[in-house]
Amino acid sequence: MPTSEDYNGQVPAWCPGCGNFQILSAIKQALVELGIEPWEVLVVSGIGQSGKLPHYIKCHTFNGLHGRTLPVATAAKLANHSLHIIAVAGDGDCYGEGGNHFLHAIRRNPNISLFVHNNQIYGLTKGQASPTTAEGTFTTIQPYGVLQESMNPLAMAISQNCSFVARGFAGDQEHLKDLMKGAIKHRGFALLDILQPCVTFNKINTFKWYRDRVYRLGDDYNPSDRMKAFEKSLEWGDKIPNGIFYKCERKIFEERVPAIREKPLARQKFSLEEVKHEIEKFY
Amino acid sequence: MSRIRGGHNFYQIRFSDQKISASREMVDILLALGLNTIEIHRKSVNEGGFILYDSEIAKKKFEEPEFIDIPFRKIALDVGKNSVMANTVATGAALGLLDLGLEALKEILRETFSRKGEEVVQNNIACAEAGYKYALKNCPKCKAFGIREPEGKRLMIITGLQAIAMGAIMSGCKFYSAYPMSPSTGIMEYLASRAEEYHLVVEQAEDEIAAINMAIGASFAGVRAMTGTSGGGFALMVEGLSLIGMTETPLVIAEMQRPGPATGFPTRTEQGDLLFVLHAGHGEFPRVIFEPGTPKQAFYLTNRAFELAEKYQIPVFILSDQYLAESEWTFENLGSEKLIYNDYRLREEDLKGVEGYKRYKFSSTGISLLAVPGEAGKHLVVADSDEHDEEGHIVEDSETRIKMVQKRLLKKLPLIKKEIEAPFLYGDPSPKIVFVGHGSTYGVIKEVVDTIPKDKKAAMLHFSQIYPLSERDRFDYIGLLENADLTICIENNATGQFAKLIRAETGFEFSRQISKYDGRPFTIENLKEELHAYI
Repeated sequence: MPTSEDYNGQVPAWCPGCGNFQILSAIKQALVELGIEPWEVLVVSGIGQSGKLPHYIKCHTFNGLHGRTLPVATAAKLANHSLHIIAVAGDGDCYGEGGNHFLHAIRRNPNISLFVHNNQIYGLTKGQASPTTAEGTFTTIQPYGVLQESMNPLAMAISQNCSFVARGFAGDQEHLKDLMKGAIKHRGFALLDILQPCVTFNKINTFKWYRDRVYRLGDDYNPSDRMKAFEKSLEWGDKIPNGIFYKCERKIFEERVPAIREKPLARQKFSLEEVKHEIEKFY
Repeated sequence: MSRIRGGHNFYQIRFSDQKISASREMVDILLALGLNTIEIHRKSVNEGGFILYDSEIAKKKFEEPEFIDIPFRKIALDVGKNSVMANTVATGAALGLLDLGLEALKEILRETFSRKGEEVVQNNIACAEAGYKYALKNCPKCKAFGIREPEGKRLMIITGLQAIAMGAIMSGCKFYSAYPMSPSTGIMEYLASRAEEYHLVVEQAEDEIAAINMAIGASFAGVRAMTGTSGGGFALMVEGLSLIGMTETPLVIAEMQRPGPATGFPTRTEQGDLLFVLHAGHGEFPRVIFEPGTPKQAFYLTNRAFELAEKYQIPVFILSDQYLAESEWTFENLGSEKLIYNDYRLREEDLKGVEGYKRYKFSSTGISLLAVPGEAGKHLVVADSDEHDEEGHIVEDSETRIKMVQKRLLKKLPLIKKEIEAPFLYGDPSPKIVFVGHGSTYGVIKEVVDTIPKDKKAAMLHFSQIYPLSERDRFDYIGLLENADLTICIENNATGQFAKLIRAETGFEFSRQISKYDGRPFTIENLKEELHAYI
């Protein structure tokens, strides 16, 4: 069985007090509790403060381009579906630069988890608005305040029938870890949006701001009711619900691709002998 | 042309009992299914050639001797009970004009229409026969062409796209992701049609950015992968190309050129992206560019592309254009004997004895061991788009940076250069006149060289492995050019991009350049005309 130490990676270069530290601890804990070994998991990340995360745990890593986590993660799953694959992204990364991929990953429904570090601001580029920054927020390049309405990733995911839609809070690590475990165990594409305070650039959505507002969805909440889930996903303000909003069973992408029904693509040996008759078809 | 329904469309077929390799401007038989075709192409009919048409369809009667009026539509209605089969009648008539027999056409009709039921097949065959007989009976003079099917030779017919796709399958490619774009889509169509048989994953991505990142993800995860597109789609892939450079992920990229800029001519041809593909991607990293001259070269160079991509962990391009991609060519042989397959990816058993695997471990060649994540025992594979250390983790220090640039670029470059084959010299071995071409101009330049009197000492120098240029120790092709009186670089673009590449890499300047940028391929006639001024 793996231990938390097995997952210790490089020393994080995040600001002291950053919400990312709790997310990092929660991931390690979730993987250890699920009994997944470091060599069984691939973390794919993009660019942003979140993109650095896989360097701080020990596992297979593909730290690619800004916004492009999901195409890489989806294809890696198609190439070797025996790997546990977690895509890690930020709000700018996944909902801005990679918005198109987000929509299409929901459609494909590969069996991967997507953890979005949603700090409602751009941290790596020092404080510009992200797609989830609240309307009216002032930044160095939004001197009149953000002029757009902020994006609601949960509502969008539910509207597209994403098979697992959840939200957690970095300040509630125990709950976050359980949501991560739920996402990893879920068969299908699992979105876990994580409210993550940015202590340096987001002076509005602080730990205290969230603590005053967040609550866990209760046992009486039924995540299989899509309409209710959509309604719940619109709740934002004095009260912010966290938990599994929506869950449904859908065929997973890898199972629908004939080539990999028997075994992972990466384990299928190539033999020229088996394909060379292809030439004959052109005579 | 991208005419899905209606409008003017045409197809040129050139055949001979001699080997041929290019298109011609002029035709011997014009098979016109409408008045429009006659008006546009009448000027392209050779002296002594014929125009087969139906005066009822054209709503016009032509009295000139080259016109042969055949009632395509009436025969189709009488024999096939449907005027839509007029084209089958016309095809039969063209074969009748040449008295080439109908067996092959019948087989094609069976193949094409079997899904629509036996009645449709039989009606089409009857229409073809009726057209054939009509032409035989009403125009006996046409036997003058005297072409006969070569006996005993089995010929294959294949497009450039099919040759690339088949080359990919036979090189162990297992994953192809792309976004549809003319003229590259045929690769994806072909691979999709073979996906079940050969266990391929073919994924239509949401855009070209996803397409290349998917191919990278699959390659990282342990399978041979490829993507393909045309210039506009490749523009979207450029950041991903640079990611390949930094992460040293093997990938083969097919770029099927069409005339730009922007949407340009979606279904026409040009060699306008050469310098774009050469320079695409921010930062400095190695790449290889192949530009095949025939489907046969496309097949073998695709195989070579997979070998080099994986051996050196670099991007390798198959650069081609609409003309080569979509034209169908016949060949006598395309054997699998010369194909190479070396699996450079390492799994648990290959890594026995390796302590503390590092994805980017420094080595004398710059090449590090390429382990398959999840299949390499407890070894971890870490890839990073940031500058990284040997393990693959982010670094900032200049010392590691310098070593990494040396590893992935400077050490690999001379080794890659050694892999590149010399250009192909055809014609006089010590030429006074040299026509230089690259990619799809191979056939037309070769045929034109054949028409030039031997005493002029002309030759073609054709490049299909265009970057990096091959070393000159085995064949000093620059010396050969320097010794010639006249060197002409012939290109299907406006600015002579290959000539620029040669000058940049070797300092050699061509004495003349011929550029064609009307979106059409060179034909034998127009290339000869262009050369006339110099010879």
